[in-house]
Amino acid sequence: MANLTQFGNDLYTGKRSVDFVGKRRIWYPIAIALMAISIAIPLVGGGFNFGIEFRGGSQFQITQVSDTDQTLAIDAVESVVAEDTARVTTVGGDGVRVQTDQLSDDETREVSAALAEAYGVPEENVTSSFIGPSWGADITEQALRGLVVFIVLAAIAMALYFRTWKMSVAAIASLLHDLVITAGVYAAAGFEITPAAVIGFLTILGFSLYDTVVVFDKIRENTAELGQESRSTFGEAVNLAVNQTLVRSINTGVVAALPVAAILFIGSFVLGADTLRDISLALLVGILVGTYSTIFIAAPLYAQLREGEKDIRTRDERTLAVRTAAAN
Amino acid sequence: MARSTPVKKAWRSLTWLLVIVAALTAANAGGVLFSNGSWAPKLALDLQGGTQIVLEPQLGEEETVSNEQLSQAVGIIRQRIDASGVSEAEVSTQGDQNIVVAIPGTPDRDTLERIESSAKLEFRPVLFTDVAATAATEEQTPTPSDSAAPPLESTPSVSPSDPSDLNWITPALQDEFDNFDCANVDSLGLNVAPVDHPLITCDDTGQFKYILGPAEISGERIADASAGLTTNSQGASTNEWGVNLEFDGAGTEQFAEVTERLFSLEGARNQFAIVLDGRVITAPTTGGVFTDGNARITGSFTQESSKALADQLKFGALPVGFEVLSRDTISATLGTSQLNSGIIAGAIGLVLVVIYSLFQYRLLGMVTVASLIVAGVLTYLIIALMSWRQGFRLSLAGVAGLIVAIGFTADSFIVYFERIRDELRDGRSLTGAVEAGWKRALRTVFAAKGVTLLSAIVLFVLAIGNVRGFALTLGITVIIDVLVVVLFTHPMLQLLAETRFFSSGHRLSGLDPKALGAVYRGRAQFRAPTAGSLPKGSGSSREAARRQTIAERRAALADGEGTSARIDERPDARREDALTKGKDS
Repeated sequence: MANLTQFGNDLYTGKRSVDFVGKRRIWYPIAIALMAISIAIPLVGGGFNFGIEFRGGSQFQITQVSDTDQTLAIDAVESVVAEDTARVTTVGGDGVRVQTDQLSDDETREVSAALAEAYGVPEENVTSSFIGPSWGADITEQALRGLVVFIVLAAIAMALYFRTWKMSVAAIASLLHDLVITAGVYAAAGFEITPAAVIGFLTILGFSLYDTVVVFDKIRENTAELGQESRSTFGEAVNLAVNQTLVRSINTGVVAALPVAAILFIGSFVLGADTLRDISLALLVGILVGTYSTIFIAAPLYAQLREGEKDIRTRDERTLAVRTAAAN
Repeated sequence: MARSTPVKKAWRSLTWLLVIVAALTAANAGGVLFSNGSWAPKLALDLQGGTQIVLEPQLGEEETVSNEQLSQAVGIIRQRIDASGVSEAEVSTQGDQNIVVAIPGTPDRDTLERIESSAKLEFRPVLFTDVAATAATEEQTPTPSDSAAPPLESTPSVSPSDPSDLNWITPALQDEFDNFDCANVDSLGLNVAPVDHPLITCDDTGQFKYILGPAEISGERIADASAGLTTNSQGASTNEWGVNLEFDGAGTEQFAEVTERLFSLEGARNQFAIVLDGRVITAPTTGGVFTDGNARITGSFTQESSKALADQLKFGALPVGFEVLSRDTISATLGTSQLNSGIIAGAIGLVLVVIYSLFQYRLLGMVTVASLIVAGVLTYLIIALMSWRQGFRLSLAGVAGLIVAIGFTADSFIVYFERIRDELRDGRSLTGAVEAGWKRALRTVFAAKGVTLLSAIVLFVLAIGNVRGFALTLGITVIIDVLVVVLFTHPMLQLLAETRFFSSGHRLSGLDPKALGAVYRGRAQFRAPTAGSLPKGSGSSREAARRQTIAERRAALADGEGTSARIDERPDARREDALTKGKDS
């Protein structure tokens, strides 16, 4: 990885520089296209796959079974509630999950017993839950309220800290981009939307803005140093800051994504860790997209917003004039 | 500022950290020794196995439930569970109206029913009663032609003077009563029936149906209820079981007033119905005027049935009815397997982070690892303390929050290390770079962690259930993260910067100025400026060129002064340079 160190050196000195700010005409359409696809996927694919928490119903989970034959479960449920067709999924190597319509207490107990008998496991290995249909909606409503409140508060906090509302606007825009794309990936993967997934989405809020703030802080530092005689334009100063923090962005992205990827892996292949899996898919996508969007969307957008300012425009024009003069 | 300040400061910070860890450990040890604290954090039901029931109040249109009612309900449900002998059950509120009951293990059926019975208790005078069976025959002809007939008068012609007044029974009500079928009583939602109107309902067994007056006393007025053998006027036990009732202050007055009125009435109107969730559990006749708030219900009770009624009266008196919103039973095996998955995932994630840090930052990566360990210890202690003092329980979502925090925490170190490297590239000595990099990094870390903390707080305040547990662990780890960076990572680097291994810029230290392309390298040794390597044109490279010149200039300045310590005292030298230059031109 000495190469990354060398890469970092070159980025820092400006020997090597990726033009994130200048090439925004390339990044914006990509971002818009990705967002459009993300919105289109659930629309075309028939919406999100909502978990039982949102539909309401009864769910049974049988652990440590020797035979994961799904018809056993369907028959067991039918033996108790004749008209109900169970939705059966195999979880991990030795688990079976059975979802039914809402059952009464007595039916739940009978189905539990029937399932335990069908799969030849003790009744302790059968987990049952009953979820009223408003449960998931309640959590989502709270989550949405939290989302709005957080965005407003974070925008105010950032505007105060950076002394410009334009950084807030750029950061929030890239945050929304992250949320939309993460939701799109979630829909494309066909994972169920569960309260755990909602938690994952909410964490993206924190991470996406966190990452943006780190980079913006460097931008603030660099642009604050621009004197009247500055040899670089505002956009170039922003771009240098992004380049100088690029190694950090990569390292942070990797370090944050590694544990989450571990959760996703474990959650997908080990029984019973659905919560982990749902949280981690949203998070993994969110972390990757969040790191990307800071560099490719937030920073160029901020530069664009500020470049229109009169002071900055006159200074940039002078800088460019001096440069042309020097070249001649 | 004395020259030894960074080292002294470093030791001071580390001492503080030690004090904090010792204090947390002592507090926890105290909890374990003298109270019911534990070294291991308590686990939530999804990791431990058990049953969780979420109850939602049944409210009519535009009704809300007050905090007071909610905490009253929580208290009553807790009593019910305690009475059933289940230990370690937890009853808490969730959001602004739900109640969560968490019971370890798998509770038996009776316990579940006891908890879930939504139980709204009220006392109503009986206006009219009849045997239920007669209605069943009439019910077979639910004449649709009725709808064509003129609607029966449904408002009392004479406004009733008291709840026992027969004027409550309007022709419409009478008709409804005549056609009332006790089999439907469950589906009518009588438990949310308005308290100030008469009510048609049946008794528990479905044998009798009643027209009851408006509610006179609500269930929470019962201070106590107990089952016991009744005594006769001589005070001798009669071998007959009864239920003793005791009202609170307001209840006593209401009860006296009601019994006074009912005692003078005849027949059914002498009866006083105790209504639980819209069903009459008993309708005793009034045998006197009770002014002292104590009453006894007698009848054909057995020891069991009197005990059951006493329990219902005492614990069934919820101020609002509740229904089950969700019920989750997690088997202990599933809980263990989820916990194991979480731990395995965390371990894998941690190992990956360690490998990557070592790869990227060489020995400096060890500081990351050590910092993560310190953060881990602090987190563990605080969670153990909170589970003792605040009843916090670690859920699977919480575990996920902790694992995710590994990445967030490590990022503080990355931001700091990169800043140090930047300063080294600018040509500072290591000691100088550690200090100058710190000032800049700390600002960034505070700002960025502030945003994360904000998100954790907003989620914690607004969200419910699992989201809350997740937000809490996230918030805790953010605070600990900042604490560790300030009190451990930075002091460690201050101390390490003094060691030969790091200050000489050893190849494996991760802070090798040569590898970082620094202009200034080692003590008073310089590399030739690399102006020729600059590409033409790009503004950012010109910016860099400007910086390099300054860096070199300052390095030369330092050389002129003879020590590198001179730079340490002026960490903002570069900015001053830029400013001076700006004025000059």
